[in-house]
Amino acid sequence: MKTTTKLWIGLGVLALLSPVGIYLPDKLKAGSAWGEWGADEMKNLVGYVPAGLEKIASVWNALMPDYAFKGMENAGLGHLSIAYIVSALVGIALCVGSGLLIGKLLSRKSSTIGKEK
Amino acid sequence: MHIPDGYLGPATCAAGFAVMAPLWAFASRKVKKTLRAKQVPLLAIAAAFAFVIMLFNVPIPGGTTGHAVGGVLAAILLGPWAACIAVSVALVIQALLFGDGGITAVGANCFNMAFVLPFVGYGVYRLISGSSPVTSVRRVVAAGIAGYIGLVVASLCAGIEFGLQPIFHHTASGQALYCPYGLKIAISAMVGEHLLVFGWVELIATALVIKFLQKQEPALLQPETEVRI
Repeated sequence: MKTTTKLWIGLGVLALLSPVGIYLPDKLKAGSAWGEWGADEMKNLVGYVPAGLEKIASVWNALMPDYAFKGMENAGLGHLSIAYIVSALVGIALCVGSGLLIGKLLSRKSSTIGKEK
Repeated sequence: MHIPDGYLGPATCAAGFAVMAPLWAFASRKVKKTLRAKQVPLLAIAAAFAFVIMLFNVPIPGGTTGHAVGGVLAAILLGPWAACIAVSVALVIQALLFGDGGITAVGANCFNMAFVLPFVGYGVYRLISGSSPVTSVRRVVAAGIAGYIGLVVASLCAGIEFGLQPIFHHTASGQALYCPYGLKIAISAMVGEHLLVFGWVELIATALVIKFLQKQEPALLQPETEVRI
């Protein structure tokens, strides 16, 4: 089997396994990443929500916030896991699409390499 | 390490974009000269790998979470400039579509994870691997250590960016406007957790894939020599 084929399969396997990345932190009671707290957590940590942070924090409305379906960010782990896998697959597809496009625009055929000034 | 919107003040956000814009432009020129058509799928795979590996949040029990980035692997396979582009693609998609990392902080996040990380990692990899054969154990070790150090140095940069905020921006009464933690706390938290836990994830992921490719297709591990042909 070609190496790239194996790597594609590897990406798919990683996508299917990705819910481990929300399941383990939940089981081990780990919270947000450092410096990635929401306004409520921030209030618990330092006693207030910094004014600038409060203003800018929600400047962007992501389509799938935190890799969950919109409005269902607080659903159960099972539901979140499905959303997580969907996010992984969508993300991989977009990365591959953008990567191929950028690569096509930037790459040159091997025969022209070295002829470049 | 994805700095969200609201944690960095306007000056740091602007600086992030101001630094990254020429780096992206230079990376494009550099990649245009070196990337072979055959390597294009690898660039796409590298971006996708960075995206998906960042989903694997590793918990510190009762504490925070973190993850690997996969950027050093991309740098070893495609060179650091192509890695910069691959990881930037993943970070921009994460910010736009999934709100992971702020829109205003894309420049800073790309600087940490798509520039500092692959370049530091690539330097360490070249330094340790030296002229050893591509299938040597030394290259696997070099790749692992490179991943570890690359991620830790990137976390140091994020820590500094967080930690500068209360110095730059605060109200008359001393309340922070953006990230409330200063340099000492931000750097020890960011660097500490990456040294202790998350760096090892990058180490293992990078070393494992390099080990796999040594067996599978060692030619992929010597991009420079191939380009010269």
